[in-house]
Amino acid sequence: MDKKNGLQISNIHKSFGKTQALAGVSFEVRQGEIVAVLGPSGCGKSTLLGIIAGLESADQGEICWNDHSLAQVPPHRRGFGLMFQDFALFPHRNVFDNVAFALQMAHEPRQKIQEIVKEVLELVGLPGFSERDVNTLSGGEQQRVALARSLAPHPRLLMLDEPLGSLDRNLRERLEVELRGILKQMQQTAIYVTHDQEEAYVLADRIVVINNGKVEQVGSPQEIYLSPASEFVARFLGLNNLLPGEIRQENGDFILDTPIARLPISPRPPGRVTALLRPDAVHLNGNGRFQIQGTVTETSFRGSMSRIVISVKNIPLQFNFPSYIQVPQVGEQARLSFDPDQALQIFAEGTPGPDSAPGTSSS
Amino acid sequence: MAASLDANRPALKEIFMDGVQNQKKTKEEGRAQRNAPFFSSLIQDKRLRILALWVAPLVFLALFYFYPMGSILQASFARGRAGPAATFIDALTSPTERGILWFTIWQAALSTALTLLLGLPGAYLLARYEFRGKSLIQALTGIPFVMPTLVVAVAFNSLLGPRGWANVALMDIFHLPQPPIQFANTLVAILVAHVFYNTTIVLRMVGDFWSHIDPRLSQAAQVLGANRLQTIRHVTLPLLIPAISAATLLVFIFDFTSFGVILILGGPRFSTLEVEIYYQTISLFNLPLAAALSVIQLVCTLALTTVYTRLTANLSRPLSLRPRSFTQRRLSKGRSRVLATTFLVLLLGFMITPLLALAARSVTNVTPQGDQQGLFSNLTLDYYRELNVNPRESLFYVPPQTAIGISLAYASATVVFALALGLPASWALANGLSQDNESGNGSAKSGLLWLNRIFDPVLMLPLGTSAVTLGLGFIVALGKPPLDLRASPVLVPLAHTLVAFPFVVRSLTPALRSIRPRLRQAASVMGATPRQVLRYIDLPMVGRALLVAATFAFTISLGEFGATALIARPEFPTVPIAIYRLISRPGPLNYGQALALSTILMVVTASGMLAIERFRIADVGEF
Repeated sequence: MDKKNGLQISNIHKSFGKTQALAGVSFEVRQGEIVAVLGPSGCGKSTLLGIIAGLESADQGEICWNDHSLAQVPPHRRGFGLMFQDFALFPHRNVFDNVAFALQMAHEPRQKIQEIVKEVLELVGLPGFSERDVNTLSGGEQQRVALARSLAPHPRLLMLDEPLGSLDRNLRERLEVELRGILKQMQQTAIYVTHDQEEAYVLADRIVVINNGKVEQVGSPQEIYLSPASEFVARFLGLNNLLPGEIRQENGDFILDTPIARLPISPRPPGRVTALLRPDAVHLNGNGRFQIQGTVTETSFRGSMSRIVISVKNIPLQFNFPSYIQVPQVGEQARLSFDPDQALQIFAEGTPGPDSAPGTSSS
Repeated sequence: MAASLDANRPALKEIFMDGVQNQKKTKEEGRAQRNAPFFSSLIQDKRLRILALWVAPLVFLALFYFYPMGSILQASFARGRAGPAATFIDALTSPTERGILWFTIWQAALSTALTLLLGLPGAYLLARYEFRGKSLIQALTGIPFVMPTLVVAVAFNSLLGPRGWANVALMDIFHLPQPPIQFANTLVAILVAHVFYNTTIVLRMVGDFWSHIDPRLSQAAQVLGANRLQTIRHVTLPLLIPAISAATLLVFIFDFTSFGVILILGGPRFSTLEVEIYYQTISLFNLPLAAALSVIQLVCTLALTTVYTRLTANLSRPLSLRPRSFTQRRLSKGRSRVLATTFLVLLLGFMITPLLALAARSVTNVTPQGDQQGLFSNLTLDYYRELNVNPRESLFYVPPQTAIGISLAYASATVVFALALGLPASWALANGLSQDNESGNGSAKSGLLWLNRIFDPVLMLPLGTSAVTLGLGFIVALGKPPLDLRASPVLVPLAHTLVAFPFVVRSLTPALRSIRPRLRQAASVMGATPRQVLRYIDLPMVGRALLVAATFAFTISLGEFGATALIARPEFPTVPIAIYRLISRPGPLNYGQALALSTILMVVTASGMLAIERFRIADVGEF
């Protein structure tokens, strides 16, 4: 692969005064691929989109399209699309004129513009909204107009900044799937910024996790979920059962010594580590290879699953079970069994885990 | 809405293209991008681009403000025996001049306060409520402002003067030998005329801005536990401060430099700086003192403007403006309805009665002595008929329609000049000061702030300048090479543009500043070139403000008197000049003709205003 297709982001740095928004971000988006940029609020995601779009300049680093630097290309010549988090709909233009904007700027023939606008409005579920005043639309409708507006010119790269943020859960879940369908159908290359991991799982081909302006991990949704590369990623994905520990070799067996128990594991290099106990890989009262016992301190019903918090030697651990399983009440004892090799993921302390260094898992 | 905007666009574009330098700039930019990265980065530098926008306005000011002003001040001081410094000391230590300065300041402050007192509740009602006849009220309240000072003075005289309606009626009913109301030549007359004149500024500037502020902000405050007063104090007022302070500044400067009102309604007892400059120049030929007073007046205005600029730079922030339909509701409760109606009726009565009195007086032959047949038997069109007669075969006689034609031509030219110069200047101001968090590093921004802090007050200078001095400056400096415009028809529109320019900038800058930078970015990402962004985002969004600005320019030109009186060629008088010529001749026939011509000017400007108002209403969904 000599010539790279799509977007290449290399080593982007950006500071605002003393705060560093981006500290050496690099990743790629291949043609036709949907990449989700996932991270907490204020991690520099929107800044990154601004830099890719050419609205802001990076202090250092380079944005390339098909291996050509975009440094000297102004925003309007990049042929990218950006759906702003706050929509930025033009209040003086109706729905049609908002959606048609990019096409009008490119002097497309009127006939073609009308067809495309009609098509994308149907795509986002707003047929017949053409003449409506954007100021009178609900938040969800505005969001869909913004989406339609960014889709209409079929940009070579579409950037979506939290595009489903202001929708109710039902609509959001439906649109997540639909949006992926739309993007795939249009073979749209896209960057999708979100702080919601589930949105990222559903929509993206690959996920880039960003924290404090740095890339923490790049990988497919499965890779990210099943083997988070760092404590941060694990916690951000809601995997909170992180235990400090040490791996020792005793009599040929490998033992992970943690505050809750000494756990037998498969061979690994010894040393201080952090271990993640997956919340969904344990059985209640089962006969797994290993068992722990604790007092239930919290239970919560969450629809498709129930979550319980169990205190084991004063360390709270979260576990999820399908809702049809009868879970013990607060104050009762619970016995959990699991297979350490399946339920545990081990990170070397302070550095990303050996399984998945950032970038390596992108195949 | 779309239709009216489209209809509007080509014209706006034409106007815009005339003056905006950065159109060419965009092309250069494109070329540079293909060729040399160095140049492109140089031109992309925001500071340079903004600097380029300043070129046309500053060249204009240099040629037609600083050069004439410099010439006249230099010439004036050169005539003095004592030198400029001594003249200043004389001016500042003389009890008469100090008294005049002090009077100028306090009458302006008092007039401004009264104007705000009347204007703010009006602005609130017009901004927040929807009711029948509102558009008519808005149109009518706009009329006083566009009236030339002369007409206003004449109108008040025709209502409350010794031979005005009120006095004549009272004398008639109670058989009084003397007019009972002493209005002319009182302080009250000055204050009333100032308030009458300037309330529109508050209604317009504050009301327009207010009508677009999202009412949910106040609602949010109330939900968060703020009571009515707290909401006003902590939410509404801070949001309105840019508009209120802009309006206050304009009103104050107007009152501060008031000329026609004081000259005609104030009588010999009252004199502002401007009137004093006029006396010293025209009657006493004391040019050095007049020049010193001009400078003092200028320094005062400049100081005010500087303070204002400092304040607003910190106070204005981009707001997401809402369409009017969103922000307005109907008057519901019985009591508030009665209150609002009463207030509006009084406001309207105050603003319209003098003008009606003027119109009525122009068709009535009032003979104060005897004639018990009543007032209304003397309807006459004599005054209008007489306008077309040239009794003394005067060389400089012009029929009224010619004067109106001249006035309209000058006014149109003024609109073109003022917008062509005002747009780039406002754009530069708006972009340099905007809280543009999406772009730029701190140093570039502070560099621009510095630039704008200097230029902003400079733009306001013509407003604080004595029109008389400016007129003299034009005669002295522009009547000889290298810049001989004596015979040129653009001389008068240029002078009017100077006066209108600050208004245009003041109306456009807040509107441009309120456009969220996000929208420009969104357009840019979608492939809009900088020029397209200007055309499809900025221009349509400031359409209303443009209209307001154009109205200002147009009506200021129609009514300008001080400078025009000095520079207009006698064979091409504007309507105010023609009116003044009639007023200054003795006899009831001439006075009647002045009333008639004033009425014609009033009808012309009022119909222009009403047409624009209609257009504004058609534009409702704009923000």
